[in-house]
Amino acid sequence: MITTWFKSGTPWVWLNAAAVSACLIMVIGVLGLIVVRGVGHFWPSEIVQFTYQEEDGQIKTLIGEHVDTSITPAEMAKSTGHIMAEDEDTLVQYLLKTGNRDVTRNDFRWILERNVKQHQTPPELMVVERREWGNFYGRLLAVKENGTIIAEGADAWPLAQSRIEDALAVFSEIAHLEKKEVGAINYRLEQLRLEQKKLQLEKRWDAAAEQRLAVERAELEVTYKKYQAQLTELYQKIRRDSLLAQTGSGQEVQIPLAKIVRVFQPNTMGLFDKIGHYGIKLVEFLSEDPREANTEGGIFPAIFGTVMMVIMMSIIVTPFGVIAAVYLREYAKQGFITRLIRIAVNNLAGVPSIVYGVFGLGFFVYILGGNIDQLFFPEAAPAPVYGTPGLLWASITLALLTLPVVIVSTEEGLARIPKSIREGSLALGATKLETLWLTVLPMASPAMMTGLILAVARAAGEVAPLMLVGVVKMAPTLPLDGNYPFLHLDRKFMHLGFHIYDVGFQSPNVEAARPLVYATSLLLVLVIVGLNLSAILIRNHLREKYRALEG
Amino acid sequence: MSEINTPLKQPPSIKLSSGEYYQRWRLIKDALARYGVVAGGLGVIVAVVLIFFYLLYVVYPLFISANAEAVSQYAVPEPALGKTLLLEMEEQNELAARFTDSGQVVFFEAATGKTLLTDAVAIPEGTEITSFAQGSPVNEGAVIYGLSDGRAVVVKHQYKVTYPDNVRLITPSLTYPLGEQPLLIDEAGAALQKIAVKVGQDSSTIVAKTADTEQDLGKIRLVNFQKEQSLFVDEAALTRTDAVLEQSAADVADILIDKEESNLYLISNDGQMGFFNISNKSNPSLRQQQNVVDAGQSITSVTFLNGDLSLMIGDSSGLVSQWSMVRDKLNRPAMQKIRSFKVSDKAVLTINAEQRRKGFMTTDADGVVGIYHSTAEREMVKVQVGGALPMAAVLSPRANTLLLQAADGTLHFWRVDNSHPEVSVKSLWQKVWYQSYPKPDYIWQSSSASNDFEPKYSLTPLVFGTLKAAFYAMLVAIPLALMGAIYTAYFMAPKMRQYVKPSIEIMGALPTVILGFLAGLWLAPFMEEHLAGVFAMLMIVPVGVMLFAFVWQFVPKSISHKLPEGWDAALLIPVILFSGWFAFQVSVPLEAFLFHGTLRDWFKAEWGIGYDQRNAMVVGVAMGFAVIPTIFSIAEDAIFSVPKHLTVGSLALGATPWQTMIRVVLLTASPGIFSAIMIGFGRAVGETMIVLMATGNTPVMDLSVFQGMRTLAANIAVEMPESEVDGTHYRVLFLAALVLFMFTFVFNTLAEIIRQRLREKYSSL
Repeated sequence: MITTWFKSGTPWVWLNAAAVSACLIMVIGVLGLIVVRGVGHFWPSEIVQFTYQEEDGQIKTLIGEHVDTSITPAEMAKSTGHIMAEDEDTLVQYLLKTGNRDVTRNDFRWILERNVKQHQTPPELMVVERREWGNFYGRLLAVKENGTIIAEGADAWPLAQSRIEDALAVFSEIAHLEKKEVGAINYRLEQLRLEQKKLQLEKRWDAAAEQRLAVERAELEVTYKKYQAQLTELYQKIRRDSLLAQTGSGQEVQIPLAKIVRVFQPNTMGLFDKIGHYGIKLVEFLSEDPREANTEGGIFPAIFGTVMMVIMMSIIVTPFGVIAAVYLREYAKQGFITRLIRIAVNNLAGVPSIVYGVFGLGFFVYILGGNIDQLFFPEAAPAPVYGTPGLLWASITLALLTLPVVIVSTEEGLARIPKSIREGSLALGATKLETLWLTVLPMASPAMMTGLILAVARAAGEVAPLMLVGVVKMAPTLPLDGNYPFLHLDRKFMHLGFHIYDVGFQSPNVEAARPLVYATSLLLVLVIVGLNLSAILIRNHLREKYRALEG
Repeated sequence: MSEINTPLKQPPSIKLSSGEYYQRWRLIKDALARYGVVAGGLGVIVAVVLIFFYLLYVVYPLFISANAEAVSQYAVPEPALGKTLLLEMEEQNELAARFTDSGQVVFFEAATGKTLLTDAVAIPEGTEITSFAQGSPVNEGAVIYGLSDGRAVVVKHQYKVTYPDNVRLITPSLTYPLGEQPLLIDEAGAALQKIAVKVGQDSSTIVAKTADTEQDLGKIRLVNFQKEQSLFVDEAALTRTDAVLEQSAADVADILIDKEESNLYLISNDGQMGFFNISNKSNPSLRQQQNVVDAGQSITSVTFLNGDLSLMIGDSSGLVSQWSMVRDKLNRPAMQKIRSFKVSDKAVLTINAEQRRKGFMTTDADGVVGIYHSTAEREMVKVQVGGALPMAAVLSPRANTLLLQAADGTLHFWRVDNSHPEVSVKSLWQKVWYQSYPKPDYIWQSSSASNDFEPKYSLTPLVFGTLKAAFYAMLVAIPLALMGAIYTAYFMAPKMRQYVKPSIEIMGALPTVILGFLAGLWLAPFMEEHLAGVFAMLMIVPVGVMLFAFVWQFVPKSISHKLPEGWDAALLIPVILFSGWFAFQVSVPLEAFLFHGTLRDWFKAEWGIGYDQRNAMVVGVAMGFAVIPTIFSIAEDAIFSVPKHLTVGSLALGATPWQTMIRVVLLTASPGIFSAIMIGFGRAVGETMIVLMATGNTPVMDLSVFQGMRTLAANIAVEMPESEVDGTHYRVLFLAALVLFMFTFVFNTLAEIIRQRLREKYSSL
């Protein structure tokens, strides 16, 4: 019976079905993994206080978030050097995020479950998110002003809250002054320096010009002095207060308010508090600059950079892709040339993305950019302006990379438009261009849209070529700001995909950064899956529409 | 919808267009658009061709031969001051120096021969110069004069560069690093017949051969000066160590000390080389005594290659051989011949090593100058310089000019253009014996902290890594993608297909950086911990599926018919999940029982297979994941568009669906499937981020699943940002990109041609 069953081929069909199921499981599994890990990152987890017996018998108090549990079978635990009792089947270990890197030198530690004597969640435990050294876990002892204690015990917490709020306001004021106002002055000064050099190069540097620049410089100097005075005052204000806190092991730590982002007591939070906290963290993640070598804080510059790059790329790729597709469908005779072009399109699609990066670096950056610098920016030499990786070159490189996507998609759209429509238009006396422009292209516009969306999705996720032509781990300024000419195509930028690579693999504290990488991945995946789904929807809708038309 | 159903609106402007002018304008616009569109369409071809030729344009200089051209020739400056012992040139190629046998140094313009300065070395009166030698040519510029009374003088020539009025001015001068007073080498006062020196930062070593005297035979004496830096006194005190080598001095023709001052080589005329360990300056010991030339030949010239690890030995038959210290099986250092160059038919007169690279220049008795690169085994330049016997020659520090003095009293100044000698087809693709390596090997090692480092550009390990990664990825992807495609295209219900295809497309759209990140930080540790579980899953899941299928036919029809035809795949999802989970559960006790610990340790202990956390298996799974959608969608397309009358015919003749599938559908669609696999392979070869993040990026050549690799693409991504523009490294990386481009070009073009043929076939069926 088994033989007949095998002969019928049914088992093989089942096995093929299993392959499809396996693929589906993999897709859903990967998406699920990213969603689960990414979503959890901002949820305030409770802080546990462990009474823990170290291997040498010493009893210690450990405070931290319980992050992970690992269960190892006895046999394997023995082979890795753990001492196991006879009756133990498994070795259970907890991964604690203990924070306090300034005190203990590491953020995480593994502890053995069997050595935990007691664990509690006292309500007064607090988390301090800091701008340096990662999180602090412990108890609040007192609030200090200029080094003297002004509140202790139960009074300390409410006072600390209000003081931190003040400090944060001051901090944002400082950030605004330093980045926006002083940044603008520095930018102007640099422009003046370049202008002077340019005038000197063109031999137009005379007393009048010197006078004019000197006046402008002096003006800037005056405003700078003004901001400087303001900043000094603000710094004095923010440095005034500090918190006195105690770690799990009883050590007292002074945390200046200038270094605090927020303080909270997760063990006392209710569900709604936690949701609120989650929302605040999410907003921070999406709208703030990164802190601590990108491992904390937000990813706003990366989002901004990705969006800018994708927009620039779309502007470049759409016309070229559409024209190539129009040529293939509407103008070219189907034959040798079109076959050649199709081969070229397929090759463009198949060339490894890193090769585009190499080409972009060599051709766009060094040859085109280098010549632009020589022709138009001789005053900046030896510092390159366009002769170095930047937003413009990254966009052009990616436009080249995504060109086939737009071509293939637009061509498919054009192919679906019935011949009768073109013939009707031509019969009414329109030229070929008018036919195209007024009837065919508007009808094919959803297909172009699909192509563009797919191109954007591809560009948003591509990293390898960008590493060569313009992405950096930390860009001090955004490519778009308030300084004339507002859009700085020569600047380097941050990118979500590269951010994932950099934080996940190049950062000094990978373990601490991992949740943030998952959150970033989630964002990127959401964007890309969303774009792809909408492209698929538009395409399906389009197919239905033309099927009706043909029928 | 509105554009289609309503009649086309006449554009308002056309009504006004009765004028002939406007009609013409319309036609002109049309023609312009036509040209524009044609140009745009052909632009795609231009783009591909441009990429190819640009890569080629950058790579090309690697393979062109170097050239040398005469700049000027002039009479030897100040010939009255004696015969030339040594020619030297400084960094900028502006100045040259001539050291004469009368203890004079003539500094002159290298291009014109105009004397700028002559300076006499402080040779004590009443003594004669009996020997002369150059120290290390790099940076130090020290030379030594051995005198007839057993003393020696060490002199350095230095060039100070200043920029008065923004013009470069180079001022030469002589200094005495070990003091202006001659150093007493031989207490007995015997003349120093041969001498060598190395002047280091703190330690300087002089080795000299003394002449036979009435009382004594000549000896090899070693003197070391250790500089003791005192905190309070500016002038450093010198501590002296003396030793006499247990070696007959009779035949010694050449003495060489390496720059670490720990190895000493004594070369005799008859081809013997004594190799001494002088790390302990008071007690030098012989390591090896060896004949280094063929019988009947004699050694005519010897020098160190840059780095002082290899000796270039030229003999009377025109052969230059490279001898380098290689550690044998017992880890003893021994000199071994690595390679040799047939430079000329005449004796090799001089050998000059390049100061930055492993190249060297030779001259022979005919005045033929050759420039070679040792490891690449390339002859870069071979030209006749001057008509007479060369007396002395020098290659400038940057190896871009050379100066040669011929016996007829002229100096020849030549420019050399030799930018990329270290790359040859052999050094890129074949095994190369690098100095101080035990045997020839494929090595990629492009940079290091050390100055004397020799970059090693073998693309072979990178290509190997690329193919290895692609192979394991295809091992994962082909079965899953093809089987999935067969089922989806032929057996699956259309309704389910509508959902499956987009899901697979989404799978293809996932950024590879995310896949790489998951592979490196989640999958790699997971696999390391659950290695046995992964293997168990590979075996248990297919069995589980078969078992379920077998049982399914006995399920009462009333239940099984509830599942519409072609939805089996949905039913299998829980089955696979369960059997996978079961595999991981079962693997734990099984592993403990069968392998007494972990499978990893067992592999290590039983088979000697090491386990890297980020290995080919992880890459295979992650990159397989990325490649599946590519293969799946093309193969699915090919299978799905097999004309229906073929399959219907086969089924009508009584074949089962499976038989129809195998014998009819697959056969017809096989070219499409083949091109799907090729495109998938091309994608796997060029994938960067996954490999970059999921392997250790070590360029090893090891087929093991549990070892990492470095691929061409990842290598470019890692090294390109730090390579110097237009340097050799930069161009070699472009070559790697070109190799990738050509590789994928061949695969994609082939695949596309096959698909075009297939489409024609389908349309004719």
